[in-house]
Amino acid sequence: MTEYLLILISAVFVNNIVMVKILGLCPFMGVSKKLETAIGMGAATTFVLTLASGSSYLINHYLLGPELSYLTTLSFIVVIAGIVQFTEMVIQKTSPVLYQVLGIYLPLITTNCAVLGIPLLNVQAKHNFMESLFFGMGGALGFTLVLVLFAGMRERMEGADVPVIFKGSAIAMVTAGLMSLSFMGFSGLIK
Amino acid sequence: MLSALLVMAALAIVLGAILGFAAIKFHTEGNPMVDKIDAVLPQTQCGQCGFPGCKPYATAIASGEAPINKCPPGGEEGIQKLAELLGVDPIPFGGDTQPKPKSVAIIDENTCIGCTLCIQACPVDAIVGAAKQMHTIVASECTGCELCIAPCPVDCITMQIIEEKITNWKWKYPVYALNAVASAGATP
Repeated sequence: MTEYLLILISAVFVNNIVMVKILGLCPFMGVSKKLETAIGMGAATTFVLTLASGSSYLINHYLLGPELSYLTTLSFIVVIAGIVQFTEMVIQKTSPVLYQVLGIYLPLITTNCAVLGIPLLNVQAKHNFMESLFFGMGGALGFTLVLVLFAGMRERMEGADVPVIFKGSAIAMVTAGLMSLSFMGFSGLIK
Repeated sequence: MLSALLVMAALAIVLGAILGFAAIKFHTEGNPMVDKIDAVLPQTQCGQCGFPGCKPYATAIASGEAPINKCPPGGEEGIQKLAELLGVDPIPFGGDTQPKPKSVAIIDENTCIGCTLCIQACPVDAIVGAAKQMHTIVASECTGCELCIAPCPVDCITMQIIEEKITNWKWKYPVYALNAVASAGATP
């Protein structure tokens, strides 16, 4: 059990998918303007990512095996696209407001490199099924955490007295960089 | 090779089955009212109503957030159609939303510097051109929304009113003046 907890903490803080591995920057910059959308996006990505890492493990282990390992990227993308479509339908049915707010970023979860990156990292690290699941969930929770934190900061910055040339995306980029630096402080937390 | 094909085919079949099932299970009707209102609106996507396009305005009308008199390209005829569809009284244009005669944007091709700003502003992609090349407007696509005028740095775009000619003349709908009706209705 400690092992899974370690994987979770490591994925959320130490090897944070956005801040340390620099994956999934598109929604990180794109959907972080408002706190509510950030939370919605984080929840949707968590759902997709957990499902994707579980099912991609099953595919890689039982369907592909060592001799068809060249198909990993291809089959993972197919599965992710399917799961995203499924999620989109579910969200459209259950929460039309969230569906409208997330807009184009919802189908774009397919091309979120974090969602493909984590299953591939799972394969690389030779995780078993539960480890894959926890690593996927941890990565997604880390993504959500960073997205929500960043959205909060950006909401604050709306009212801040920022020099004109730094306004908008520029100051957001600088803030993201500083955030990434601060996440480096977590390295060494788990040996 | 064969096993690779089989694996991908199996994946596709399974995913297709899941998605097909989900499409039935989670089927959502688009709000039919929004579509009906959207069909009445002129689809200029001009944003003069204060919404980013005709569909958002239709959504706002359907949810009761917007009045029906915010669409200048639709004219009074549009208001009457909306009123009929929604079962409410037609209200005249008010404030800064006034109907305009149907017109088309014209680029003065001698002045145009090819900055592409108007291309980005055009909601219906009716302007063709490339950076540092002269731009021109596809008149048949232009909806006369005037969104390209403001961004032009050299003011080379003008609106030209489309005159009625034998080629574009249509029977008029029987439109009665809304202002008169509204004031007449207010007096008794």
